[in-house]
Amino acid sequence: MKKEHEEFIDSYQDKLSAAILEEVKQSVPADITKEKLHKIMDLTLDAYMLARVNAGECVGLVSAESIGEPGTQMTLNTFHFAGVSEMNVTTGLPRIIEIFDAQKEIKTPMMEVYLKASQNSLDNIKKFALKIKETLLGELVEEYALNIFEQTLRVVLNKALLKEYDLSTKELVKLFKTKSKGFTLDVEENQLIFVHKGKPEEIKELYNLKEKIRSVKIKGLKGIKQVLPVKRGEEYVCLTSGTNLKDVLEFAEVDAERTTCNDINEVYHVLGVEAARQAIINEVYKVIEAQGLNIDIRHIMLVADIMCATGVLKGITRYGVVSEKASVLARASFETPIKHLINAALEGEVDHLTSVVENVMINQPVPLGTGLPGLVTKMK
Amino acid sequence: MAFTTNHHQLVPKHTKLSEAEKAKLFEQYVVSIRDLPKILKTDPAVAKLSLKSGDIVKIERESKTAGVSFYYRGVIDG
Repeated sequence: MKKEHEEFIDSYQDKLSAAILEEVKQSVPADITKEKLHKIMDLTLDAYMLARVNAGECVGLVSAESIGEPGTQMTLNTFHFAGVSEMNVTTGLPRIIEIFDAQKEIKTPMMEVYLKASQNSLDNIKKFALKIKETLLGELVEEYALNIFEQTLRVVLNKALLKEYDLSTKELVKLFKTKSKGFTLDVEENQLIFVHKGKPEEIKELYNLKEKIRSVKIKGLKGIKQVLPVKRGEEYVCLTSGTNLKDVLEFAEVDAERTTCNDINEVYHVLGVEAARQAIINEVYKVIEAQGLNIDIRHIMLVADIMCATGVLKGITRYGVVSEKASVLARASFETPIKHLINAALEGEVDHLTSVVENVMINQPVPLGTGLPGLVTKMK
Repeated sequence: MAFTTNHHQLVPKHTKLSEAEKAKLFEQYVVSIRDLPKILKTDPAVAKLSLKSGDIVKIERESKTAGVSFYYRGVIDG
């Protein structure tokens, strides 16, 4: 295509979206005349203007219906598959609710950790998986032996596991020095022996120590309970159950561009509002696609935009976006009406009846569509 | 090694608007900064831009429907 033609198409940048301009460029024949191209652009702009949403259209309501109706066909329960190697993930309606409510504790937090292309091999991914998995001492222990008379706690560790995790008892001693006050620590091949410094006749302190050291983290990242390396196409990917996005992105071998997690709140804290918005859209769309439903992505974009509009991630709950509404009646119509009305009365709140719900309540035309414009009279 | 959020695929490009661009934006869409969606000054994605409240951030989103779309957020303290 001639350069001047391309420039002419680009001059529509402010009026048409980038995707449309690209499509015009692709489909126009190379030897087109100037007049024809002008006509094409005029017609494209006309068609685009006609397709736009009218002022006063209730887009939120249309979105609510468009998401709500297919929602009735979604799986209501998450199923638990026994013995399936892939991890169990919340899907269907429970997952959608989880995302739109921006719940802090999600049922199945997961990460997809990608390695950099240069590091991507079976050996590396296995090593990496062991490196990030949160390992507690309790997992390595074969046997605990409590001796009341000598006041000792003998911890026998599994040799094979120690080797697999590449740990020595010496390293462990360092970890436990601070954790075991009032005890002296001895090492014997694959055993840790804690000896009480005093000579009390009770077993209680020994027992408490045993419980305490069991949950001491000796390796990996906090919160990552399970790591599953899988092959996706040509490369290896680590799926984790439990998330720790911030720490995992710090690793040199991790591809910090693509590694994501499914906890929207965590994405918000680590990567910001815009990333959270994109994550909401991706996660909701994933569920919808998995259920074989078809919802236009623009409806989800609208909901995601509303959740992120204040710069803080807010769920569609009475504590989130609904609490931002200016009208008392609108808030009261959502949940806990008495609480809202009493508080509003105490504070002497004024309702200007500028939005939809409150006008429906008092039987007035709602400010939507033809109800939106007001009349201005010229006074002489 | 410290990572920067700017390279993550979920994070679109954030840029600070100059005063001239701000005036043009307000005129084009007939809005004031109060009408725009907000972004916190402390947001990880804009940490490097050294913003103050009252600034405007332009965000270049990659959109499935529109190719590239522009979004504007007013900076607030928080």
